[in-house]
Amino acid sequence: MRRTVFPHKLLPWLLLAPQLAITLIFFYWPAAQAFRQSVLKEDPFGLSSAFVGLANFRKVLSDPAYLNAVQVTVVFSLLVAFSALAIALFLAVQAEKIIRGKGFYRTMMIWPYAVAPAIAGMLWLFMFNPSFGTLAWPLRQIGINWNPLLDGDDAMILVVAAATWKQISYNFLFFVAGLQAIPKSLLEAAAIDGASRRHAFWTIVFPLLTPTTFFLLVVNTVYALFDTFGIIHAVTGGGPGKSTETLVYKVYNDGFVNLIMGDSAAQSVILMVIVIALTAFQFRFIERRVHYG
Amino acid sequence: MARIELQDVRKSYAGQEVIHGVTIDIANGEFVVIVGPSGCGKSTLLRMVAGLEEISAGTIRIGDRVVNTLEPRERNIAMVFQNYALYPHMSVRDNMAYGLKIAGLSKADIDAAVARAASMLELEPFLDRKPRALSGGQRQRVAMGRALVREPAAFLLDEPLSNLDAKLRVQMRLQIKDLHLRTGQTTLYVTHDQVEAMTLADRLVVMDRGIAQQIATPHEVYTTPANEFVAGFIGSPAMNIFDVRSEGGILVLPGGHRVTVADPPPDGDLRLGLRPEDVETVSDGADAFPVVIHSVEWLGADAYGYCVIDNSDTQLTVRMPGNAPAARGDRLKISLSRSRLHFFSKEDGRRLKAQRAS
Repeated sequence: MRRTVFPHKLLPWLLLAPQLAITLIFFYWPAAQAFRQSVLKEDPFGLSSAFVGLANFRKVLSDPAYLNAVQVTVVFSLLVAFSALAIALFLAVQAEKIIRGKGFYRTMMIWPYAVAPAIAGMLWLFMFNPSFGTLAWPLRQIGINWNPLLDGDDAMILVVAAATWKQISYNFLFFVAGLQAIPKSLLEAAAIDGASRRHAFWTIVFPLLTPTTFFLLVVNTVYALFDTFGIIHAVTGGGPGKSTETLVYKVYNDGFVNLIMGDSAAQSVILMVIVIALTAFQFRFIERRVHYG
Repeated sequence: MARIELQDVRKSYAGQEVIHGVTIDIANGEFVVIVGPSGCGKSTLLRMVAGLEEISAGTIRIGDRVVNTLEPRERNIAMVFQNYALYPHMSVRDNMAYGLKIAGLSKADIDAAVARAASMLELEPFLDRKPRALSGGQRQRVAMGRALVREPAAFLLDEPLSNLDAKLRVQMRLQIKDLHLRTGQTTLYVTHDQVEAMTLADRLVVMDRGIAQQIATPHEVYTTPANEFVAGFIGSPAMNIFDVRSEGGILVLPGGHRVTVADPPPDGDLRLGLRPEDVETVSDGADAFPVVIHSVEWLGADAYGYCVIDNSDTQLTVRMPGNAPAARGDRLKISLSRSRLHFFSKEDGRRLKAQRAS
């Protein structure tokens, strides 16, 4: 590791100051606020608050609606992270085979990432709205009783599809870069060793891609847990009947719609702990199977 | 083990032909080296034999099969790559066993084959290491081992030593030669290094601009190069080649020097080739001409004098004994009559006739 030596002690702190300030203001301060709120109980008008200890946590954790949100989040996150990774990897592998128009294809693939989550949600809502959706009609024609406004499973499929669609671009970009970093001669050596393309993919390409896949797994999990709020808000609003209400959506709903600040803050603290634990778990146990170059 | 036959093999990229019809017949167990400057098409030719590049025209046979359209894995060949192409996430053992596992060999057979190759290449202590924990020479040996275990019909090597340092290269060269003698494997070896080419080959293919300029034993390539390119490419320092004029048994050299040669070429303008070691310095004579030394490289046993033919700007390299006193500005007399001369056509560079001192 290269060490840079500064002429005096102040300069490095000055250079770090903007980054530290941003982290403090936009991460530590709100996090601290959430912790503070989570042990307080506020009156309905927000005029006074009282210290209640862990009462908010106890209440939240015994609330069946909260446990439902945990279950919804697990299903939703697993589906989104897995589909977004699998589809993006498939597309990236296919994009490698293209000879003409590679750049065009890649550019087109990256565009969905530039679409804001709420807009993406609206697009999917319009396409699959049971009464006027462009794609809902053909679904009904082939005999599928499609109604995400009434059927919880349909609603889940729709938000998973929208959230996945949006994340594929990002994953695709990283997978393409990861694939390009694998020397062609390795695949040639595998071909000469007698491996079929499929076998070479699973024994050579996939293991060598694990650093990328692992990084994306962490990013996608966090994405599914937090960044999909906009999509859920636009497409289903957590419904029908809480069937698509994820933890982060419930934090919003309880805090800003129902104005139960203490509950909401306790939930966001729990969510923070979950994400930290999950990421630590991923680094501790899954990263072992990663082959770094 | 098998014979490899290339019949008028051609390769074009986007309508541009880069390999212009190469025909080689490699006997069973023969060690053939393809040598040439970078960009001459030698690696492309090897990759076409391996099946990594499609051929645009011609026929490639390995054993008795035409393999033109077969996938690499159906050709029963093994290849060593310049960058070794070891699977970085697998141990040395798994690298070597990879092909055998695919072939569906039993665990016992795989272990035996890997152990045999490992002992041949002295790789036993490294079997459980990953490639990144190995030195360049060890990686090279693993790459060789991976090719060896499969006992293929032919062995293809693409500049396998060019990533090694000079000392290791000599060592590995000897090891490759030794392996070939022990296994008797048909081998096709690509290199740009003429020392590797000369020392390893049973036969050489000298390539330039997509054409096999000469296919012959190293000795034949050296003593009777087929054309000016081969003459200039093989040999270090390179052969002296310059314009001369032949007039009734007399050669007119640059600078107007007229010398007699024992067995003169036909009259006319041509190119004379003269290896530095075939140049002989004499005290005087009707067949001698003067040169001026402008620098001397002393290598120990030998010294190379870089000279200019007197009254001209044609350069001439002369090998001298290491103990001969020579310095910049000295004048030497050089005799052609007792030297080995090569004459090439001025138009197309083809060899005109071989001449030997009697």
